[in-house]
Amino acid sequence: MADVLERVGWSVDFRSDQTCCGQPAFNSGHVTPAREVAAHFIRVFRDAEFIVVPSGSCVSMITHHYFDIFDRSSALFEEAEYLAPRVWEFSRFLTDVVGVEDVGARFEGVVTYHDSCHALRELQIKEAPRRLLSNVQGLTLREMSAAGECCGFGGAFSVKFAEISGGMARTKIESILETGAGTVVSIDSSCLMQIQGALARAGVDVRTMHLAEVLASR
Amino acid sequence: MSSREAFLEGVRKALGRKSGQPVPAPPSPLLSIPAITPAALITMFQQRLEALGGVFHLVATQEQACRQVETIVGNGPAVASNNGVLVKAGITSLAGVQSGFLEEAALREACTNAAFGITGADYAMAETGTLVLFSSPAEARLISLLPPVHIALVAASRLLTGIDELAAIAPNPAGLGSSMVLITGPSRSADIEMILVRGVHGPRAIHVIVLEEESRIP
Amino acid sequence: MSPEQRDGIRQAVGNPKLQLALYSATARLLEKRLEAVSSRQLPSYQQLREQAHQLKRHTLDHLDHYIVEFESNVIAHGGKVVFAQNGEEAADFVLGLAHAKGASLIVKSKSMTTEEIRLNERLEHHKLAVVETDLGEYIIQLAGERPFHIIAPAVHKTRQDIAGIFQKELGVARDEDPEHQAMIARKTLREKFLTAGIGISGANFLVADSGAVVLVENEGNIRLCTTAPRVHVAVAGIEKLIPRAQDLAVFLKLLGRSATGQPLTAYTSFLSGPRRLGEVDGPDEFYVVLLDNGRTRLLADPDKRQSLYCIRCGACLNVCPVYRKIGGHNYPWAYSGPIGAIITPQYLGVTKDPWLPFASSLCGACAEVCPVKIDIPKILLDLRKEVIERSPGFSTSAEKSAFRLYAWLMKRPKLYALAAAAGRRLARLPFAGKVGPAAKWARERELPVPAAKSFRQLWRERPPRTNQ
Repeated sequence: MADVLERVGWSVDFRSDQTCCGQPAFNSGHVTPAREVAAHFIRVFRDAEFIVVPSGSCVSMITHHYFDIFDRSSALFEEAEYLAPRVWEFSRFLTDVVGVEDVGARFEGVVTYHDSCHALRELQIKEAPRRLLSNVQGLTLREMSAAGECCGFGGAFSVKFAEISGGMARTKIESILETGAGTVVSIDSSCLMQIQGALARAGVDVRTMHLAEVLASR
Repeated sequence: MSSREAFLEGVRKALGRKSGQPVPAPPSPLLSIPAITPAALITMFQQRLEALGGVFHLVATQEQACRQVETIVGNGPAVASNNGVLVKAGITSLAGVQSGFLEEAALREACTNAAFGITGADYAMAETGTLVLFSSPAEARLISLLPPVHIALVAASRLLTGIDELAAIAPNPAGLGSSMVLITGPSRSADIEMILVRGVHGPRAIHVIVLEEESRIP
Repeated sequence: MSPEQRDGIRQAVGNPKLQLALYSATARLLEKRLEAVSSRQLPSYQQLREQAHQLKRHTLDHLDHYIVEFESNVIAHGGKVVFAQNGEEAADFVLGLAHAKGASLIVKSKSMTTEEIRLNERLEHHKLAVVETDLGEYIIQLAGERPFHIIAPAVHKTRQDIAGIFQKELGVARDEDPEHQAMIARKTLREKFLTAGIGISGANFLVADSGAVVLVENEGNIRLCTTAPRVHVAVAGIEKLIPRAQDLAVFLKLLGRSATGQPLTAYTSFLSGPRRLGEVDGPDEFYVVLLDNGRTRLLADPDKRQSLYCIRCGACLNVCPVYRKIGGHNYPWAYSGPIGAIITPQYLGVTKDPWLPFASSLCGACAEVCPVKIDIPKILLDLRKEVIERSPGFSTSAEKSAFRLYAWLMKRPKLYALAAAAGRRLARLPFAGKVGPAAKWARERELPVPAAKSFRQLWRERPPRTNQ
């Protein structure tokens, strides 16, 4: 992601104090630990000009759900309001802030794109990744029939309800296989981990890649 | 406290409201009634009705309406409602058509044995191919329900665009009869393996005769 | 989660016949819905959703007023309103009525509300014959089962299953043709409609300014139940109220399309009381039983009150990837799918089935299709919080400690980096996949292989950039 951003003319900084946005605790109903971790995130990034994130679910946590975990009257709530407009999911940052749809990438092969749920439904990210992919040299983009269906990760859900999660993953990979694509791309690593695990278990030779990896390819 | 009072008190308590506390006006639905020519309305109605499996007939006079009914019904047995429209058109005098029922037991018996039920219709809605029937001394409910084929005669002047127009024209259906029914095509079910079957409880076929006569039919 | 519940889910997921029936039935309904709410067919769809949401919000925020208005209009048209705090009171009323009228046979149309209060069981316990007349409900009544889906109760039954059920329960010759099966049901049920003493229905909407009950259907059994018997009883939760008849212009455009993709179902009945003077048919008596059964509890919570906006279209079931895997029978109460997941804990208490709000990946597909814009994922998150706070048995102290440790670690970046590095090394060890959560993950899919180098390492190894 850093390579791509630099290629399109932006300077990138990595703050090694960063850890997590707090979503795992929040989604499991443990608000207090989530709040503490979110407070740390705000401290680390509060003065950054743009915060670019290779994950739709983290961005939706920060820009939507921080308002559910901080008290309306607290200073942190206000800080979250101030922070939210500066937090960007990677593909949307490229198309909306940098203003490019072609990052000069090259990748040979048939690719199908999986819409991660947070990105699709909470952030309305649907076109940006597809436009970026369609401008990659040598890449053929094929839509799967169930692109917007959940892959079944859902955080702790994947373990607490492993059999349902596994069933959802299998439905997803059936849809992937129908496209004949050799690579599945998404903007969320958790989805990729779930899908990769299911593909490997099924013994299928399809690989998963994050959008950033594809766009970094030359 | 009566059970009614206790019940209402429970609701008020949940809402933090007091008995008799005023209520602001409800938000008003935006009713949109597109301007469509009478001829286009008839065409739209025909298309929608036929798409549902209904049969459409267009006639210019009451005499033609009567002939059309005769063609469909043959020797019957048919039951017709007491609607003045049907009487004036001579439909209730056709051989094989029984009418003039004022007593329920006889009506029920006739409808159970009838192959056709003939009614008028108060309105029709073009957007959905729907008939609107109000119950009244002249229009019994069972006639459009028990026999396997329903034939309805409706004046072209009674064609509305859709439910918005119906809501505008008849904002108080309860004032017109104990029952208003919107009939949109024949009875159907897909409860068995999602396979469409017609005439499960209500009629399996519906004929609508639209009468274009100039004179306004009450 | 109980072992039986866990087992039930496992069996459903591992049953290819069920999976196929469930997936294809819901896919079909979804496809039809999509077409019916498309910008081509219904350009005002998003505005209508917002209007519907606001109308329901207004009504429920002032529900006492609308109950009173509804009641006075029912009475003005010759009917009666009965106030039932719970299922027992509702059943007692019907029993009393049946006794007074000498009615031993009751015909009924599909109603989730009556399912909720197990009305049939209560009535049958007192020797009343209650016949379900909706084709799907009739089939599963004969089979002795519960409905599988709000809109399509027998979606899990094949024609072979049905042929067997009819043969066994009705004594007819075995016939696997769906059309013939429907005609068998039509014939058998017609006799019931015409001899029953009481017809019971639910209500899709209760119209306050008209004292009317609105019912939508495709078969015609609701019309028959509410026309042929001398007495009509409509049982409805208080949340079904809408202010005016004209508001149906909003709701009727959303209900059919969201449920089955139909702009209007075959029949929409608007019933405002017993037959009027001079009318030849129609019931002589008309009762509306208004049911609380815990609805006031949901009303009292302003954040979750929107759970009561539901118009029972079933769209959230059709789109839910969890429902589509486990089916309706694996939900603990009468209501399944996403709506079931949020109202069940509210009606029955979060401690009864504390796992239910967690059985979701929070994908948000339900909120996207809800015609009245209920924010189901948000309510699921609220319920998860409540479970953690109030159900000490559910979140083990191990889990609570784990998250406390997680927060402690995440506030200490250098320690976090060390822990992550250690974790990567441990993950490569052979026993890694056999323990704890990793083992659960590994039952269904391969474990992720950690990268050779962490991002922090790679970042440190990057050649320096000149600032631009």
